[in-house]
Amino acid sequence: MLKDMQSYERPPFVTVDEAPEGDHFAGGLEYNPPARGVWNIVHTGMLIPGAHQIFVCAQGCLRGVILTAAEMGMLDRLSWVSVSEEDMFDGTLESDVVEGTAEIIQKLPERPSEVLLFLSCIHLFAGADFEEIIRELGVRFEDIHFTDCYMTPTMRKTVSPDAKMRTQLYEGLRACPIDPKSVNIIGCDRPTDESSELVRIIKENGFVLRDITQAKSYEDYQQMAKAAFSVTYLPTAKGAGDRLSERFGSRNIYIPNRFDPQGIREELSKLCEALGVELPKLDEEEKKAMEALEKARELIGDTAVAIDFTAVTRPYELAKLLCEKGFNVRYIVNDVLGEDVEAFRWLKKNRPGIKIFSALNVNMLNAAESAEKSGETVLAVGQKAAFFFATDNFVNIVANGGYYGFSGIKAIAELMCGAFTVPKDRRTVIQHKGIGCYSCVYQD
Amino acid sequence: MKNVSTVIPCYAADTSGVCSALYELGGLTVVHDASGCNSTYSTHDEPRWYDKRSMIYISALTEMDAVMGNDEKLILDTVAAAADLRPEFITLCGSPMPMMTGFDYDAAAAEIEERSGIKCLPMHTNGTRSYIEGASEAFLAAVKAFAKEGPKVENGVAVLGATPLDFGLSGSIGSIRTWLGERGFETVSCLAVDSSFKDLERAALAKVSLVVSQSGLAAAKYLEKEFGIPYVCGVPYGKKYAERVERYLRWAMEDNETDWVDERSGRDFDTVVIGETVSAFSLCSALYWDLGIDAAVICPLPYEEGRLGRDLAMSAEEDIKAFLEECRPARVIADPLYRYVVPKDTRLTELPHFAFSGRCFGQRIPDLINKDIKEFFE
Repeated sequence: MLKDMQSYERPPFVTVDEAPEGDHFAGGLEYNPPARGVWNIVHTGMLIPGAHQIFVCAQGCLRGVILTAAEMGMLDRLSWVSVSEEDMFDGTLESDVVEGTAEIIQKLPERPSEVLLFLSCIHLFAGADFEEIIRELGVRFEDIHFTDCYMTPTMRKTVSPDAKMRTQLYEGLRACPIDPKSVNIIGCDRPTDESSELVRIIKENGFVLRDITQAKSYEDYQQMAKAAFSVTYLPTAKGAGDRLSERFGSRNIYIPNRFDPQGIREELSKLCEALGVELPKLDEEEKKAMEALEKARELIGDTAVAIDFTAVTRPYELAKLLCEKGFNVRYIVNDVLGEDVEAFRWLKKNRPGIKIFSALNVNMLNAAESAEKSGETVLAVGQKAAFFFATDNFVNIVANGGYYGFSGIKAIAELMCGAFTVPKDRRTVIQHKGIGCYSCVYQD
Repeated sequence: MKNVSTVIPCYAADTSGVCSALYELGGLTVVHDASGCNSTYSTHDEPRWYDKRSMIYISALTEMDAVMGNDEKLILDTVAAAADLRPEFITLCGSPMPMMTGFDYDAAAAEIEERSGIKCLPMHTNGTRSYIEGASEAFLAAVKAFAKEGPKVENGVAVLGATPLDFGLSGSIGSIRTWLGERGFETVSCLAVDSSFKDLERAALAKVSLVVSQSGLAAAKYLEKEFGIPYVCGVPYGKKYAERVERYLRWAMEDNETDWVDERSGRDFDTVVIGETVSAFSLCSALYWDLGIDAAVICPLPYEEGRLGRDLAMSAEEDIKAFLEECRPARVIADPLYRYVVPKDTRLTELPHFAFSGRCFGQRIPDLINKDIKEFFE
């Protein structure tokens, strides 16, 4: 299979030693594998309690967001205005947004505290004055906060819709006196593991920790404006933390989720330094993480391991750690090198034969069938890896699964053991849109 | 405003119609749009995506390529993909951004065809119209390009307009094939569920076309004009109505006459069906023939000019809601997500429509072909 694929005009994989930094693959037509666990902008927007989402765009673009809400059982929290061909050229592009939004608000059974108003590629491309739209709506509905939001995948190279959404999620916060003992975890779509060193350091030092994922009401959400510190650890959340610093003067502590012991200590040191607390001894936590990895390695043995970028934000760093602990990491699904450059270079030197597969390449269309035919047993970390390598033995997480630090490594090692021992119903599990969200279609 | 909805969904768009129509026909379909936008189609509009592979891709259009008019990238990428995948044909369709930049689909398709040596069909979709328009253009273009002249197959029927967007994976299309077979017809072509490129080539060998959705009508008209094949519009729901459809098919073969099998009482209606035109008309007729129920249709999707009679064309949430509030039918038969606009004292019989609610109720789409529909509707 792999030999054949190398002869393609657009080969879907490259070995680590040959992979360039930056984009690993030449761009081209893109395939969309049926792994749906990663959250989209609708899932993220639903984190603001009681907020109403209004999308203004063409029918084709509306469909995905509407049905995301429908599958979540939250259609009553999303409305839309469709844009026709004529609307784009008859000078009503902006007034349609204002009038359509106003009409929707008047028809809603209850006034929302906040409206997330999404415009699309065509509006930005046509130079629609979003600021003026928001201002006009704010004048008409003084009791509602309007947040400008963006469904602009065409502009993804300049503004990532995902990162932008994580920033806009906090635009509704109103300035209030800062509480020096308040900390927010910002930009996550799931709570951070309570047993993580990250959460424990914050809580055990008397800080109040808030996270939008745990806000039960709009008032809870507003409490987040008090925080003196924002902790961000997803790369796509860093901008959100910076924006809150800009607005409220809070300090953004960006401590990315690492998979190497030294790195974890460095990041947690940054946190402690910023909070003005002592870095706890982490030897016990590290020992437990390494023991969990050892136990997993004993169980999993030489079984091929595949890791994908949707499961963990630093796939090369996780691969390096697993390789160092004796796992047989054979495949990584990732299109672009992110922050884990050093680990990538380590792999180039020490594990040059690991194959990096594109998640998007046209020739990945039949990868799952080829993997099925090969009969190779693979343990996957992530849904896309599970799909492409046709395995029911997979760790079902996205965006690090809410895990962090040594406890995160331990948790992932345990999940790997669980996945190795108990296969999942891959077809059902990976088609559930937005891991952790209710789905009327798939109950895992 | 007519383009506003507070709660009900919109129907699948034209690009999804193209992809759905051509899914099984062996072509390479390229949607000219941004990276990730294909997930709408592959998640919500295409129930075959996980289990059956199809060469449907997105061009991953970027802001810079749109601004700079870098059409060459799309052309090169498509030609490279075609070299790797060797499709029977290529289809190029579009979305709102290319429309804004005035992307020339005909020219790009001609260029791709010349460089790849593979027939390339340009579709003129822009993501602002319904799946019916997209599927209709796709079926027509594909039949025009690939249907071959040949001796007619005795009792041969071409089933046109079959997509999961209208029938889900309920087994209805398979049941139509079975029903045709049991009545002495031969399905020479089915466009396009459980089909292949051969079905496309054989479409003109039929003696009659059976149009099962509005998406198949343009292709049927083309086959009639170019190959003298009459068509019958109707979905053989129920028992007695299915007999009517059978009779129309035979009349069409004998007399070369085209017709819709739309037979209702003309009495006042107490039931309203909301849905795709051919399907909804057929269902109303089946309700009448099989159960004696008088029904009218609300058509929220494109329909053939002059077909409506007492039926109503309306798609806006506010219009449908106002109409139902005013007319207060005893029953509405529609997708479950229309429940938000159905008056409280009106009974909603849920008939999921994949093109409307996608996967939400995909498992509950019934197969009513040549079945006793009494239990389902009473």
